[in-house]
Amino acid sequence: MDRRIRVLVAKPGLDGHDRGAKVIARALRDAGMEVIYTGLRQTPEMIVNAALQEDVQVIGLSILSGAHNTIVPRVLDLLRQNQMEDVKLVVGGIIPDEDAAELKRRGVAAVFQPGASLESVVEFIRAAAG
Amino acid sequence: MPKAPAASRVFTTLSGVPVQPVYGSEDLADLDAARDLGAPGEFPYTRGIHRDMYQGRLWTMRQFSGYATPEETNRRYHYLLEQGQTGLSVAFDLPTLMGYDSDHPFSEGEVGKCGVAICSLEDMEILFRGIPLGEVSVSMTINSPAAVLWAMYLAVAEQQGVAWSRLSGTIQNDILKEYIAQKEYIFPPRPSMRLVTDTIEFGARHTPRFNPISISGYHIREAGSTAVQELAFTLRDGVEYVEWALERGLAIDEFAPRLSFFFNAHNDFFEEIAKYRAARKLWAYLMRDRFGAKNERSLKLRFHSQTAGCSLTWQQPYNNVVRTAIQALAAVLGGTQSLHTNSLDEAYALPGEHAVTIALRTQQVMAYETDVTAAPDPLGGSYFLERLTLDSEAAARDYIRRIDEMGGMIPAIEQGFPQSEIASASYQYQRAVESGEKVIVGVNAYQAADEPIELLQIDQSAQDQQTRKLAALRARRDAGRVRRALDELQRAAEGTENTMPHILEAVRAYATLGEICDALRAVFGTYQETSHI
Repeated sequence: MDRRIRVLVAKPGLDGHDRGAKVIARALRDAGMEVIYTGLRQTPEMIVNAALQEDVQVIGLSILSGAHNTIVPRVLDLLRQNQMEDVKLVVGGIIPDEDAAELKRRGVAAVFQPGASLESVVEFIRAAAG
Repeated sequence: MPKAPAASRVFTTLSGVPVQPVYGSEDLADLDAARDLGAPGEFPYTRGIHRDMYQGRLWTMRQFSGYATPEETNRRYHYLLEQGQTGLSVAFDLPTLMGYDSDHPFSEGEVGKCGVAICSLEDMEILFRGIPLGEVSVSMTINSPAAVLWAMYLAVAEQQGVAWSRLSGTIQNDILKEYIAQKEYIFPPRPSMRLVTDTIEFGARHTPRFNPISISGYHIREAGSTAVQELAFTLRDGVEYVEWALERGLAIDEFAPRLSFFFNAHNDFFEEIAKYRAARKLWAYLMRDRFGAKNERSLKLRFHSQTAGCSLTWQQPYNNVVRTAIQALAAVLGGTQSLHTNSLDEAYALPGEHAVTIALRTQQVMAYETDVTAAPDPLGGSYFLERLTLDSEAAARDYIRRIDEMGGMIPAIEQGFPQSEIASASYQYQRAVESGEKVIVGVNAYQAADEPIELLQIDQSAQDQQTRKLAALRARRDAGRVRRALDELQRAAEGTENTMPHILEAVRAYATLGEICDALRAVFGTYQETSHI
């Protein structure tokens, strides 16, 4: 199947710093993927609904505010409740190492910390969705 | 041995402006010293707003600070003042910035994380316990609900017996850059501008030493803009605030002396200094020629600066001390009035005490050991710097003209113009980092295993404490007085009168931030941007 990879880029929580989310969205689009950007202040429910509606293979969450331990597990729970375990969840932002390990243990496919290259993000998503 | 990145490249500034191999007098043929420079302290203030600059008085060392509960932040403020800091600067958490109380469902997981949680006058009383507001100047980084937090501050001053006329400090209160860059907005642009104008008018009447606004390029730059975009959008925002205040019926020289600015201090040393010099010059001409300001104080652009948070790296965090020192030096050589130096751990978290102390010491070393303060505008006359200053000014004027042609900053924002200019610049920059054309030490060159550093941890207890305090406050206060004050505020918001006296009454009745913002949301509605990538 030559269907293009579909990715939802989402900004959950109250934070408005969308520089990273926008840069990633453009990089994925330039790499040939279909990118849907949710805009700001999305609840976990809104994100999972959008992922369902848009039929994406990957969700990318951008979180810089320190609220990841509250938000990410909720998104994972909702994915499970909706039988969407095949959708890969990746998280980017300011995520300390120990939190990143815990999120991965709970089911996050990858965590990208500051300084991660665009190429590494693109490659990971291509492999995960392939 | 690791391979060093090639030095034989085409040089550009951080913002991508090409740089010649060498500059000389032939590059300044169009420079007219009287028109473009003046002497320090003289129109157009390119060389600084004071004749004696730091010989007379050093800049204010003001570390932006706030985390967890008001009790904990109050302890940090006392610590910073004991360490020789000369002003305070309040960082609020995201729920406070968005006008939600700590017990609101949207606040879950966010309380005290990016700053201090302030829900009511009670919290503000705790925040400034033991701090004499008549003596310490206080800056508050608050925008959409700025009028409410400022009213709380004014009420604390009343309780301390300090006359409002003695208060000095700043509220950021710059909503336009929120739509453009930082995106912490509540209401749509026009009612937001009305609230800002209410505070400017109220300040002009009641708080002669307080800056009711800090027109900010900092966040525009952090969002990925170039130096020129930061300069241009910030000054054009300033023009917008002036036009609204004039429309309100204020005379230019009544309020313009209290307009203040806030710029980023990024890595490109000379480009940054040129930016500050061009900003002063542009503002002086705009105020004199476009608005007919007569008072010299209206013409002088005063600014705070902060080193670039977005330049800090997660990798090899101790290198951040060096970046910050160089950036801070640019701000000082550019004539800043106050300065925040970032802490080495800020790519990870809010700063710990040890890290913030090094950041403050960086300013103290510069101020007392280096003599960079000896002469005003010490780099003035440099061929390279003067060329960059003229070019920055010309490029900014071009942006300002384009925004004028769109009908001002609000239509420009509604069309997504500044937002998309910034997004393109930030993407280009990231591409340049990706290709290795821009080197970031420790990230795309000279990598090494990371040394772990100690970080400030903020746990769930901040939210629990705030929630308990709120429940007790709601049970204790005079509910009838709260209801009446909120009804009155809503009525005022529906009309055209100044909302500040009504916000003050609601605050004194211990209405919470969330309740006051809800009253305003009911009248103004909320804003949702159309996102483009």
